[in-house]
Amino acid sequence: MTAMQIFFLIVGLVILGSALMVVTTRNLIHAALWLIVTLFGVAVLFAILDASFLAVVQVVVYIGAIAILFIFAVMLTHKEMRDRGPQLNNSWWLNAIISLLTFGGLFWMLQSWNGFSKTAADFPSSFDAVGQLGKALISPDAFVLPFEVASVLLLAALVGAVYIAFNRK
Amino acid sequence: MNFWSDPVNFIAHWLTRLFIGWGMVGWLASLIIQLIGVVVLISIMMVLDIFLVWVERKVVARFQDRLGPNRVGPFGLIQPFADIIKLLIKEDITPDGADKVVYNLAPILSLMSVLLLWAIVPLAPVIFGVDLNVGALYIVAAGSIGTLSIIMAAWSSNNKYALIGAFRQVAVLVSFEIPMIATMLIPTILAGSMGMNEIVQGQQTVWYVVLAPLAALIFMIAAIAELGRSPFDLNEAESEIVAGFHIEYTGMKFGLFYAGELLHAFTFGGFWAILFLGGYRFFGLENLGPLVAAVILLAKAMFGYWVIMWIRYTVMRIRIDHMLAFNWKFLTPAAFVLLMLTALMNTLLRGTPSGIYIPGMFLTNVLLGWIIVEILRGYSRSERQKTENVAPAAATAHH
Amino acid sequence: MIPLSWFLILSAALFSIGLFGVLSRKNAVAILLGIELMLNAVNINLVSFWRYGDVSQMAGQVFAIIVFAVAASEVAVGLALVISVYRRRNTVIADEIDLMKW
Repeated sequence: MTAMQIFFLIVGLVILGSALMVVTTRNLIHAALWLIVTLFGVAVLFAILDASFLAVVQVVVYIGAIAILFIFAVMLTHKEMRDRGPQLNNSWWLNAIISLLTFGGLFWMLQSWNGFSKTAADFPSSFDAVGQLGKALISPDAFVLPFEVASVLLLAALVGAVYIAFNRK
Repeated sequence: MNFWSDPVNFIAHWLTRLFIGWGMVGWLASLIIQLIGVVVLISIMMVLDIFLVWVERKVVARFQDRLGPNRVGPFGLIQPFADIIKLLIKEDITPDGADKVVYNLAPILSLMSVLLLWAIVPLAPVIFGVDLNVGALYIVAAGSIGTLSIIMAAWSSNNKYALIGAFRQVAVLVSFEIPMIATMLIPTILAGSMGMNEIVQGQQTVWYVVLAPLAALIFMIAAIAELGRSPFDLNEAESEIVAGFHIEYTGMKFGLFYAGELLHAFTFGGFWAILFLGGYRFFGLENLGPLVAAVILLAKAMFGYWVIMWIRYTVMRIRIDHMLAFNWKFLTPAAFVLLMLTALMNTLLRGTPSGIYIPGMFLTNVLLGWIIVEILRGYSRSERQKTENVAPAAATAHH
Repeated sequence: MIPLSWFLILSAALFSIGLFGVLSRKNAVAILLGIELMLNAVNINLVSFWRYGDVSQMAGQVFAIIVFAVAASEVAVGLALVISVYRRRNTVIADEIDLMKW
């Protein structure tokens, strides 16, 4: 058990533990705060995987924008400060069985693949991952078209969200 | 290597030899040394923070033509210690109905988001926390943790005025991140990397404030809005919402918010110095040794902090809708046009000698600034004509 | 040192927890929280396959960035819809928004 493996186990436990708190806690603001812990754990995981740009973008986009949007939405749709009543559906035991079956199915399908347990090659030290990512996003024979389509999607979502949530007096 | 040429690594190697001589395992020794380094950096920053309280009060006094604290100790130097002792012995009130865990966590996160920024500041060519290759984005990421702590503080206080103050503050913070990112990308383009070390090393021939003065100005404006200081302070010293999101905080928790805000201002003065004023470079003086370079950087950070204080105590506060309109209709388009122009001119003039490159970039910024001022003049001229056309009609109606 | 299987099991577990959240929560905003967990699990998968495959092929990271953009836009529109429904019906419980079933 190397130090990196112990560190990964701790981060993995934090991610899964806070994800469980997200889906079971009664107070919705606490659920949004536990989601922030999960997102931060995923950012640490990206840093372990040597994807440093994605780790920082995860914090900026998810925690700095999406999580704040969730907290604002919870505050605006709150009738009073205390939450009452059960938070889960009537059929939550069936849903638990379904998600356990999903996990089992994914695990069974993955472990029959022969590349399942391979270890990572060393990261080449002179590899400029951020620069290569930038070149891949804008070069015509790489991924410029999905990049531009994603920007159009964001524009459509921006206009749509403002129009739907606009408060006409 | 000796102590004067590479102090941090020298001390780290000496401590490693000491710990392994005591029989400690290799990775445990390096982990403990890294933890010691973190604690030393945080302690230096917190001591600097206390000194900043004194600087703030003396400078505001001079701007307002008075003396400032001068009774407690020579020149009032013991005054911040008296302030801290007062905050520590105050009664710690928690409002009824507050969410205790979130309420206590918010000031800690607020101060943590500022201390995280000092990990990437290059104090000298060999003294820095970590050489992150995405440093510019890391600054924004640490700022978003601060934004989160504001909402947590306001919501857990169980107070509607705190909530209103926090909504406005968060709206301003999230909006002004965009021109800040756009102008932070300009030193990135000029240096070729987002890492702070490479940006300082790219300023070897000339500082970036000469190549992109308009970017330095827009970054300073966006940074002041990000700090939540006047003229963009909606959550302090206001007759509408008393103290904004930290109404319900007393004692040392308020002290953490206050100290965090001052250190945040000093940190952004430091980043303005790194991105635009050349970091630890000062016409070759930094080659004398890393400690001299660190002193140069801290002096430039103090200069940036002084500029921020100067603007704070001179300009009046701006209303929230004016502030947001200023950002979305003026600052963001200006920042993006400047980014595009800088990228274009940098690509066109890249291979030319510095005699053409430097005036070329400088004149691009001056041209863009002149165009913006002309647009503003035309806009204000049309606004003035609207009111002047109305006034004579009202005057003739009285006859 | 860390085998690929650990990352894949972690993301499968996160996906299942998100699935449980989507299926069994009553509040509409909480359902959107579950969707966020599932999107994060997908991102972990994409980036770990990029790292454990050929690092010079940037498709894994590019796909992860597109997933960021899609998640952000979907959360924005979804929360706008939830707020709009709350203004009309004064509720966000998913079971009570069933007026069209008449």
